[in-house]
Amino acid sequence: MKTLILGLLAVLLTTNQCYSQNSSTKITELSIYNLPSKWTTQNGKDIELKDLKGDVLVMVMIYTSCKAACPRLVADMRSIEEQLPQDAKSKVKLVLVSIDPETDTPKRLKEFSVENKMEGKQWVFLRSSEKNTREFAAVLAVNYKKISPIDFSHSNIISVFNVEGELVHQQEGLDVNNEETVKKIVETASKVKTP
Amino acid sequence: MSIAVSVAQNDKEMAYIKGGAFAPFYGNIDKSKVKVSDFLIDKYSITNEQFLEFVKTYPKYRKTIMKGIFAEKNYLYYWINDTSYGEYNDKSPVTNVSWFAAKNYCECIGKRLPQMDEWEYVAMADEKTPDARQKIEFNKYILSWYEKPKSYLNTVGSTFKNYYGVYDMHGLIWEWTSDFNSIFLSGESRKDKDTDKLLFCGSGSVNASDLMDYAAFMRYAFRGSLKANYTTRNLGFRCAKDTVLIKSENNKLNSK
Repeated sequence: MKTLILGLLAVLLTTNQCYSQNSSTKITELSIYNLPSKWTTQNGKDIELKDLKGDVLVMVMIYTSCKAACPRLVADMRSIEEQLPQDAKSKVKLVLVSIDPETDTPKRLKEFSVENKMEGKQWVFLRSSEKNTREFAAVLAVNYKKISPIDFSHSNIISVFNVEGELVHQQEGLDVNNEETVKKIVETASKVKTP
Repeated sequence: MSIAVSVAQNDKEMAYIKGGAFAPFYGNIDKSKVKVSDFLIDKYSITNEQFLEFVKTYPKYRKTIMKGIFAEKNYLYYWINDTSYGEYNDKSPVTNVSWFAAKNYCECIGKRLPQMDEWEYVAMADEKTPDARQKIEFNKYILSWYEKPKSYLNTVGSTFKNYYGVYDMHGLIWEWTSDFNSIFLSGESRKDKDTDKLLFCGSGSVNASDLMDYAAFMRYAFRGSLKANYTTRNLGFRCAKDTVLIKSENNKLNSK
């Protein structure tokens, strides 16, 4: 029995990073779509990052109970969205990834999206396990740390990815001029082939 | 409980670490203690030989196949090809491995990287005591290692065995931790400028619980400078594991 349980665990613990073969051929070297992690959206849908492939992604890591920097980061994301011309907008997804998956359930993320008027289909909220979140932050070079039961320290970085999932731009800090970010998004979106 | 114990006994390569509370050098705002639960940690860092086995089994981690997002181009640069480190010692620690490689190595064998607090907890120990941080000789030893070149060429187990039976926490290589990217030190920013309060939410200031602890400061500053796909010649890793594996996994499954 003991062996059985341990064997079962070994299977559970073995993530799909442990394939002995290199499968994903269509995904480029520097693409975040190489990450195998699974995420849940504000609508309770389970996705992998690569399900977002095809759009330009503007990503930020936040937590919904944050009172200090996140409201400004969220406002910044909204400001960026507002500045996008209509033809670019249809090729862009704005993604907010929670660093506090414990609190930020899909339900909570949904409420947050409503409170902040981010309900259009261009807005995607994601949560995953603590481990996957830590890994994703590592890819974005976002640092964060839980500093009390309800608060986190975290880097304020907005990242732009092209359709291949490759990082093309990062904006660091709060209250920075987002003109360059918007320009980069529009430029990246203009390269997207309309189906 | 009996299962947790049998896991500990079965794995002779790991040391059982009785948890406790300690005030880390850095990271908690009110300088309070952080709690570390019981866990297991590898007695030795992962060696060239062990890593070779890994890349043989999982080709995607070979130096010419590894994707750029997971490791920059110096990944395993001293290896002569995908499946050989040439004349280098089998028993030397593997280095020039990225965080992704280290993390996946551990996960593929049912382990994980140690958390920073866990690593630091074990690293407080000298040969005789669990917390030697106030000992002048202990700190001198660590600092003198920082000045020694190429200690990564030595074999694992070549430095001292600590209170817990763990080797080489100081004196051989630096090691990855699972949450290395939870550090906010002045000057750690990728643009290498002073801490800009606007870059961080919450407090981003240094809270050195012991300013004398320069040795620890060096470790945190080094971690703060890393990115997950970085590799350097003096940076390797060892794995850890929960003792209450069964219980925690069940909890995770139930919460889904």
